[in-house]
Amino acid sequence: MSNFLNFIKDNKEKTFFIFILFWLLVIAQIETYSQLTTSGTFAATMRLAIPILLAGLGGIFSERSGVVNIGLEGMMIMGTWFGAWAAWLYGPWWGVAAGIFGGLIFGLIHAIATVSFQVDHIVSGVAINILAAGTARFFSVVAYANESQGGATQSPRISGEISSFSLPFLSGGTFLGNETSDLLRNLEDLNLFFISDISGLLGGLTRDISYLSFIALSLVPICMWVLWSTPFGLQLRSVGEFPVGSESLGINVYLMKYIGVTLSGAFSGLAGAYLVIESSGIYRENQTGGRGFIALASVIFGNWRPTGVLMGSGLFGYADALQLRSEESVHGLLLLISIVLLALSVYLLFNKKSRNGAISLLMAFGFGIWFLNSTSVPNEFVYFTPHITTLVVLSFASQRLRMPKSVGQPYKKGEGG
Amino acid sequence: MKVYLKILSFLTPLIALAISFGLTTFILILIDRDPVETFTLMFDYGTTGKSIISILNRSIPLYISAVAVAVGFKMGMFNIGVEGQYILGALIAAQVGAVLILPRPLHVLTIFIVAAVVSGIWAGISGYLKVKKGVHEVISTIMLNYIGAGIVAYLLANIFFEKDEDNSLKVPQTNYLSESGQLPPLNNILGLEELPNLNSFIVGAVFVGIFYYWLVWKTSLGFDLRATGLNPVAAKFSGADPNKLIVLAMLISGGIAGLVGMSNLVGYFHRYTIDFPTGLGFAGITVALLGRNHPVGMALGALLISFLERSSQILDLNNIPKEIERIMQGIVILVVVVSYEVVRRYILTQEVKLASRMVDKDE
Repeated sequence: MSNFLNFIKDNKEKTFFIFILFWLLVIAQIETYSQLTTSGTFAATMRLAIPILLAGLGGIFSERSGVVNIGLEGMMIMGTWFGAWAAWLYGPWWGVAAGIFGGLIFGLIHAIATVSFQVDHIVSGVAINILAAGTARFFSVVAYANESQGGATQSPRISGEISSFSLPFLSGGTFLGNETSDLLRNLEDLNLFFISDISGLLGGLTRDISYLSFIALSLVPICMWVLWSTPFGLQLRSVGEFPVGSESLGINVYLMKYIGVTLSGAFSGLAGAYLVIESSGIYRENQTGGRGFIALASVIFGNWRPTGVLMGSGLFGYADALQLRSEESVHGLLLLISIVLLALSVYLLFNKKSRNGAISLLMAFGFGIWFLNSTSVPNEFVYFTPHITTLVVLSFASQRLRMPKSVGQPYKKGEGG
Repeated sequence: MKVYLKILSFLTPLIALAISFGLTTFILILIDRDPVETFTLMFDYGTTGKSIISILNRSIPLYISAVAVAVGFKMGMFNIGVEGQYILGALIAAQVGAVLILPRPLHVLTIFIVAAVVSGIWAGISGYLKVKKGVHEVISTIMLNYIGAGIVAYLLANIFFEKDEDNSLKVPQTNYLSESGQLPPLNNILGLEELPNLNSFIVGAVFVGIFYYWLVWKTSLGFDLRATGLNPVAAKFSGADPNKLIVLAMLISGGIAGLVGMSNLVGYFHRYTIDFPTGLGFAGITVALLGRNHPVGMALGALLISFLERSSQILDLNNIPKEIERIMQGIVILVVVVSYEVVRRYILTQEVKLASRMVDKDE
């Protein structure tokens, strides 16, 4: 028992995390809220998380090389536009390539402005976003105005889709041309506590995965390897920490920054193309809906690491998926928040932080009463769940994060003398 | 400073505009349209009497939005949340204004104050989060934009919708302001009866500009703001409290942002509807950058953007996509920030050279 208590003391965050997961599982046992942990929800989570994940990975490259990239949103917009345009004309894989290209061009513009001309990074990023929105609108008018389904704000439906696969034996994929069992589906249907929920998670992540999703997910380990296990990665990161020192060692600081920012554009472009090709099948104005900004936020609270971004984007994808798939289950989250806040207030009061404890307790009751007196959460609130999650998570995490030392500071060649 | 450096600094916006026009010309040629014809059409249409009134009306909220952004810029803070701040302020002010019955000057004034306070508080959240929680204001203001838009949509659909006697009508717009809460147009005073209405809140915009100038350049608070923006460490040692300044700057910036929607509320729509113009917050960033945070520069910037928006309306009738204006705005803003930075650095190096030459002479 004392071992257990010590574990809790040493791993407060892990315990807190496990606590949340446990109650999520408990709530998911209630029939109304069963959508919280089905394979369908997790599959949707993945589809919705990947655009944020990709743009976030791009953000890491840019920020690790020392350039703040608030233009991720604009680069993503270019990805959606070019992705839809090429996918409509030539098919989905051409859309992917064109999306990457569109984002890359805008990444290059950001690099020219911030690295060569040393414009303030945020000012340039804001300008990129404005330019991208205008460009997309203008291109749409030029390219789609005379098409039957297209117009100033949307493209015609794209042709074809990227094929998908399932894992054999576990998720009912084909093996050497034969149908195999769908073990995870069977387990999920048994409705066992924990086992079925985990099967739902694994099933959702391994059933009917498109090849593009697979590529996107595999970029996480690839980025980790490139940034932390190759000389190039070391050079790129050193430029974001201490450019003067890097230059004295013969590293081409400008080149590294150019590569970092341009890559972030390419990743954001891919994110945009994914959004069009895998989610909507069509380009629509404002389709990105701030995902580029959320990606930037997930870079920050992911502590500038790919795994952190993966977790952050997963969280947003989950919130988004619940909103799309079932409104009842979002209602269940109110109960979860109430329980978590209650536990937090007990912890705070126990540690004599009475003011914060009281606030927490009050909010716990507030959410509890809201939960008991309603059957659903208003759509308008559900819509900004990801954004409010960002604010809350950042409020708790910001002070413990360590950003690249010289991120956001303009650097001029030969500054070190 | 040498005279030619001063002239260069003054000419930079014009150089940037010339480059932008060059790039736009290039795009027009690419899509096979005649650039000379395009610009002539825009100029002719944009300088008619009707257009000038329209341009002035458009400039009012743009200018106020730019001033709101500029207050933040002056101390190195980016208030990208003017968008969310002004729509929230305008909605609450519209609702309060529709419920209240007060004599005219007081009624209108109350509406302004409510809008400024609501928007100020909304912006203040970002200041608080920055000071207490270390959340960067760029991220928090952007997120608050989305949250603000969601709250506005919710309130409009569920609580503040238009009400008649038996509450059956649920149109997502507030009730009209009573006569005492409206500002009549300026046309009668200026003798412009035959032209479209000139919004009288233009006077308010001028006051906002003067207030901005007074606050930032003539008060000790403004001095602290600017000092912190230029060199936070030095400002701290001179006794400025950066945390207090951050929250104050956001409150002031948000308060001014609250006035962005007022020309449309008290002078045009007289209610908050779903037609209420959005995007003015982002356009304000463009104008603030264009006008280099200078009260007069931003006024010219607001007029320029409004001119582009208005004059491009004629293009569609002549088979030129009017959206060329959107891309023009984007190009202008990017070219402007790059050329300002280049010229700033050039002048800096020239000044250093001049100074060192003077030192050499002395020796």
